[in-house]
Parts: sequence; structure tokens; C-alpha cells
Amino acid sequence: MIVATDKLACLESASKHFGSVLALDGVDLQVYRGQVLALLGPNGAGKTTAISLLLGLQQPDSGSALLFGQSPQSLSARRRLGAMLQTAGVPDTLTAGELLTLFRSYYPRPRTIADSVAMAGIEELLGVRYGRLSGGQQRRVQFALAICGRPEILFFDEPTTGLDIEARETLWKTIRQLVAEGCAVVLTTHYLEEAEALADHVSVLARGRIIAAGSVPQIRARVSQRRVRCVSRLPAAAIAAWPEVRSVERDGERIEIVTDSAESVVRQLLFEDSGLTELEVRRAGLAEAFVEITREAA
Amino acid sequence: MNVVIESDLEREADSGRSSRLQSYLLEARFEFLRVLRTPAFAVPTLLFPPLFYLLFGLLLNRNSANAAHYLFATYSVFGVMAPALFGFGVGIAIERERGWLSLKRVAPMPPGAYLLAKMAMAGLFALIIYLVLATMAFTLGGVRLEAWKWLLLGSIAVCGVLPFCALGLMIGSRANASGAPALINLIYLPMAFLSGLWMPLNLLPEFIGRMAPLWPAYHLSQLALATLGHGDGSSVTPHLAALVGFTVVCFVIARRWLARAA
Repeated sequence: MIVATDKLACLESASKHFGSVLALDGVDLQVYRGQVLALLGPNGAGKTTAISLLLGLQQPDSGSALLFGQSPQSLSARRRLGAMLQTAGVPDTLTAGELLTLFRSYYPRPRTIADSVAMAGIEELLGVRYGRLSGGQQRRVQFALAICGRPEILFFDEPTTGLDIEARETLWKTIRQLVAEGCAVVLTTHYLEEAEALADHVSVLARGRIIAAGSVPQIRARVSQRRVRCVSRLPAAAIAAWPEVRSVERDGERIEIVTDSAESVVRQLLFEDSGLTELEVRRAGLAEAFVEITREAA
Repeated sequence: MNVVIESDLEREADSGRSSRLQSYLLEARFEFLRVLRTPAFAVPTLLFPPLFYLLFGLLLNRNSANAAHYLFATYSVFGVMAPALFGFGVGIAIERERGWLSLKRVAPMPPGAYLLAKMAMAGLFALIIYLVLATMAFTLGGVRLEAWKWLLLGSIAVCGVLPFCALGLMIGSRANASGAPALINLIYLPMAFLSGLWMPLNLLPEFIGRMAPLWPAYHLSQLALATLGHGDGSSVTPHLAALVGFTVVCFVIARRWLARAA
């Protein structure tokens, strides 16, 4: 029986040094069936190291990494995962079709070539040597290699770097479809909209530590700021003096106010300027939250 | 109920076995295709030993049949070292550094398939090089042997790639891709000279002869020479043992380094 809270992979207070650099510092992570976990963080935060530990490409100095309750290096655990790494180093001289044939042979119950090809959108690339593909096409072939083994958990290290918007949307759609079928996904990304579009759980890493974790709304709520926009004649300097206003910017007749208390600012605006129009209040996105959280941690 | 589960498991194990065999075959096939499509590697590796043999083994040694036989045996050893050392050393350094090895390990390829495919390629190259050298020795060098000696020397050449595969594997699991070719040349060419592959050891300073048992190429050349009756007359067992020992030690070290590298 498949339990909704089936834990597929985890790090338990895992630490990893490279020389004198502490890449991961006591990190805990859990990945459950059907869940998309996004690892966010600036460059050098430890995202790729965390993935390497979960894949068994590196071993933690202390703590542990488990995949399906076993060592990530065991063949039986690895047969149930798929991965798209940041540097794939695929040989230029083999065709996409040959690579797919080879990778399918590694798994006990692979997807058919036709399914893998359709899901990755590489129908017209099968006979082409890898080295002659564009960067985006190479990423799609790597995606096909990752999913061809019918994995229960997928690891994507910066999956859509180098993809155009259309290819990215297609990839997201496929990932959502895999998740709906019960596949778990761990992805690292620079693109916050990618985490926002796909992830139901976000862990923010900075300098090897997890500094925030939760659902996308929870992470967003970490930042109380909201943006108030309107067309008004009120002088920006006067608004800036109000309590709980963080910043005011005027662009022509438009004003944008960043505040911790949108309600009181709006009340005051409407009170002081009866001619105010085009009022708009927006919660900070993941991007603002991310900047705020990493700044707090620094 | 139990019966159903068991037969399911058996079927799964069966399909696992057959797909593993398929992985081995595919791995070898694609390794072959990869090399075939990289003429920049294949052509020099195949041409270098015959050219060297032509120049130094045939053109500069036109006098004695004795020398022709000696040089044919030692140049066969020289010829089979290259594809093993370069195929493994450079190939693995590149694939390790670019991340291809990591991706395949995660994928998860059966670990033996990767090494066997590369060994098969080195063996194939060694066979081709041996056939070219044998043709040249027969037509240009006046080397005449009984059929079984041609065959035995050929099998020594093909099996002789193993210690050099292991040495190449060791180098490839540590060296970076851009440095590996230079490092291998630095081992390959001096070792050939110091093992008496280009010139009999008794024509070289005595200390070189005394150091020779340190090099695997020396032991392999002693096996080849014994086949042609040019050995030192002693038993071949110590040479065989030295080669096996060398192979095992390199392989064990390489395994440890590779496990740490990826």
C-alpha cells in the first residue's frame, strides 16, 4: 500500500566539508512521495552538495543520507531514481536515440522509447548526435535520460537553465504530470518563479544551512511586507513620514509604497486624498521573501 | 498468494539479469561507436606503433634475423600498451571530469559494464595493432614463425592490455583531463625504453637492466620473447605473477580513488 506520508529520501543532520570549506552544516531534509521540494539559495549555498549526498555521489562527513531507507549508493535504490545533473558531460559522439537505449537498459522496468521521447519533446532529435544539439535540446535529452527508467523520485539540479520560455513551460507541465502520478521531485533552481510554479515545499539554503523551510505560502508569509500602488497627488516625502512605511517611490503620477501594514496605509491614503485612483495592494512574492530571508541570515 | 509473489519476484530477477546482460552489450557497442566516431583518437593510436616499428624496428635494423625477431616481439608489446593506457587513462579522466561517469553511476549502470566495454575496446585495438605489426614483420622484416607462435604472440598481446588498462584506470581516476595525456606519455615512452622494448637491455647501461623488473612492460616483453625463443631461458611464471600482481594492485587503488572521486 502506498502511504501518503511515504518518506523516499532524507538527509539527517548531514555535514560535508571540501577542504576547509563547510559546504553543508547539519542539514535535515525529507522528501515524500508525490512531493516537489525546491532547494533555493544563492550560488555556493550548498544546493548541489545536498543533491550529491542524496544521490550517493558524495558521502556526508557526519550525519546520514538515505534513499528508500538504504544507502544512496546501493544499486537497488538507484534503480528507482532519475537525475538531471548540472554538468552532464554526455559524449558528443552518440545520438540521442543511442543514449536513450543505453540508459533504458540500466532499469528493470523502463518507459518505452516512444513515451520517454514524447514526455521530453525530443521526437525530431533521436537520430542527431548529442554534440550537434543546441544547449536547450541537450537539456531535453538529459531530461529524457532522467525519466526513462520510470523513477519514483527525480532529482533536477538547475533543470531549466538554458531553456527558452516555451521549453521551460513544457518541462514544467511534464514534471507536474509525473508528480500527479506519485513521483517525488527534488529540484534546485535559481528561478524563483520555477519554485513558485512547481514546488509545494521550499527549503532555503544559505552558507550550508537551512535558514527557512515550509510551503510556498508559508515562506512568502515570512515577509510581512506588501506593496501599495496608486495614482495620487500626495507628496512622496509626506507619505514616507507615516509610521510603518518602509519606502515610497514616485514614478510620474504613480506612487509605490512598501509597507508592513497595508491596511493602515490604505486607510490613511483614502482619508488624505479623495481623488486617489487605481489602488492596488500586492503581497510580496517569493522573490522578495527570498531576498529578505537571505539578507536576515547574512 | 505467496506463490504469485514469488514468481513475480523471480520474473523481476530474470528481467534484471537479461537487462544487465543487455547493458553490457550496449555499453560495449556504444563505446565502439564512440571511438569509431572520434578518429582523432583512433587514427593516431592505431598508426603510432606501426610507424615507430617501421622506422626504428625495420628500416634501421636491416642486418640480422635475430634482431628482427627480437624487435617484432618487443614492438608488439609497445603497440598494445598505447590503446590501454590512453583509452583508459585519458578516457576515464575526461568522463570523470565532465560528470558523465557520475550521471551513469546514478543512472545506475552496472559498474562492470563500463570497465569491460573499455577493456574490450583496448583488446580490439591491440589485436588490430598486432595484426598490422605482424604483417609488416612478415613482409618487410623477414620474420618467419610457426602458425602457433603467431597465434600465441597475438594472444599475449591482446591479454597483455590488462595490466596497462589497470594502470590507465588508476591514472584516469586521479589525473585531470587536460593533464592526463602528457602524464601518460611521461610513463609510456620512458617505460618502453627502460623495459628494453626499443633496444635489447644488454646493449643499455647495466643499471637499466637491473631496474627493468620494476616495469610491467618488461615482464610482458619477457613473455613475448620466450614465445620466440629469445627469453633468458628461465621460467615465465615469475613474469606472469608480476603482471597479475601489478594489475590487481593498480585496480584496487583505482577503485578506491574512483569511489572517492564521484
